[in-house]
Amino acid sequence: MKWRKIEENLFRVLMFLATMLMGGVLILILIAIFKNGLPALTWEMLTQPPKGGYYFGREGGIANAILGSIYLSLGAVLCALVIALPVALFLNIHMKNHERWVHIIRFLMDTLWGIPSIVYGAFAFMVMIYLGMKASLLAGIITVALFILPIMIRSMDEVIKGVPEGLLEAGLSLGANRTEVAFKIFVRQCSTGLVTAILLSLGRAIGDAAAVIFTAGFSDRIPTSISQPAATLPLAIFFQLNSPIEEVKNRAYASAVVLTLIILIISTLSRYFSQKLKNH
Amino acid sequence: MKIQQLKHIYRKTKDILTQGWMLAGLVVVILLPFVIGLGLYLKSHHIFTQYNFWELIGSTEWKPLSGKFGLYPFILSSLWITLIAIVIALPVALLSAIHLTTYAKAWVLKWVHPLIDILAGLPSVIYGIWGVIAVVPAVQSLALSFGIKVSGYSILAGGIVLAIMILPFILNILIEIFKSIPIELTEVTLSLGATRWQTVKKVILRKAMPGIISATGLGISRAFGETIAVLMVAGNVVKIPTGIFQPGYPLPALLINNYGEMLSIPLYDSALMLAAFILLLIVLFFNILGRYTIVRFEKSM
Repeated sequence: MKWRKIEENLFRVLMFLATMLMGGVLILILIAIFKNGLPALTWEMLTQPPKGGYYFGREGGIANAILGSIYLSLGAVLCALVIALPVALFLNIHMKNHERWVHIIRFLMDTLWGIPSIVYGAFAFMVMIYLGMKASLLAGIITVALFILPIMIRSMDEVIKGVPEGLLEAGLSLGANRTEVAFKIFVRQCSTGLVTAILLSLGRAIGDAAAVIFTAGFSDRIPTSISQPAATLPLAIFFQLNSPIEEVKNRAYASAVVLTLIILIISTLSRYFSQKLKNH
Repeated sequence: MKIQQLKHIYRKTKDILTQGWMLAGLVVVILLPFVIGLGLYLKSHHIFTQYNFWELIGSTEWKPLSGKFGLYPFILSSLWITLIAIVIALPVALLSAIHLTTYAKAWVLKWVHPLIDILAGLPSVIYGIWGVIAVVPAVQSLALSFGIKVSGYSILAGGIVLAIMILPFILNILIEIFKSIPIELTEVTLSLGATRWQTVKKVILRKAMPGIISATGLGISRAFGETIAVLMVAGNVVKIPTGIFQPGYPLPALLINNYGEMLSIPLYDSALMLAAFILLLIVLFFNILGRYTIVRFEKSM
């Protein structure tokens, strides 16, 4: 009888600690990044591209990587959106009576989601070489678009799945065809959820490094067209951290602060939109 | 009348065109995994003209310049790091998921959810930096307390960083699984005089077992493919790791570190593509296993 009580309490404590640990780790990570990065973060770093000798601790900044990341992720999200939204709508509206197939496709999509980004990177690099393309912003955009495609489709799919049954029938009975119901009614109905899905994919696109390391190239200049190579923030962090020079290492930490802030802003925004969805 | 007919034709064409686009998108997405797999295989199969598959997987020598492409150290490093990560992450995720779904008040879960999401959304390079700042020195001093002098860049550091990375991922799945277990089961055992923990141990865990297996499979597949963070802390020395404080060289790191230079050496690119192909196969195996069990689990609920 007594052992039961002890066991109960022991696990109660352990479980509480496990939950605390998770929150604790998040705080530890954020503290470590900000404590190391904030001192090295200057206005110059945010607004200047690297100048000569930047990687030996001279002047310049990471504006090339910040802008490169923004171009790349926005481009990729746009490309993915053009395919993801129609596919997600198609699955829920046009294929409504083929539930078996929809299940299989969802399963496939989840599997696709699980493929690591390095494999996408290797595959895209192989195709790039085959086609004789050079590493460029465009190649990076396509690679990342493929990589976030399943993420975007599945999260949009989950949103659209939640639309009440009657809406489709109501739309059809008013004389609209399925496509019109999809784009004119469902999209409007789900708009906040769809925005959340897009923001989720945007966060993934900005944060990923392994998919673009071979395809986007790396350049100290801010890209002015999609055929030029582009630097990205995660790769800038990665390269600077490998430097033996203390100054450059500190800049890696500062760049990490920038990336973390961008990600936190995106996730706060997506939180805001999903909250709004709940209040509907 | 004429205008109405035109309008009808316009709507009809738009419908057909849009449906065509939707269908085309769907076909692209469905074919994508097969195209990736096939592409990697076609590119890597050249190497089989000179080596046999098991020879490549089992050999420990990686010397591309003299034509030795043993992948064993990389696969083993990846397995070790993944194993450490899952051994750390799974119990923590399990305890936490049980706490959040059966013991804690509803508002706790509401507060923890955003934390999980933020943790899951942090880019892997951020985890890597944190690993370099915090985990590597910690592992170094831990090793020192055992009397081993190492740099700290090791499979243990990789495993710890990876554990933290997959924790929110596994936790999310487990929370959904525990939530889907009917509350009546708990009520029945509690009314029979069992304590809460006994209920969890004897009823909930047993009922949730397929779900837990599935979360583990998905966690493994996520961990195995993780690249940048592990690469930053694992040390990247080509040898068979002999202890957890020794450096390892995981499979994804091999791809990243050697890509640009491979073109001039014969069969080097095939060997690397084979590495990517093996990575894909292992990840897919655990992923499909996990997804399949979860689908079965949902049906049984």
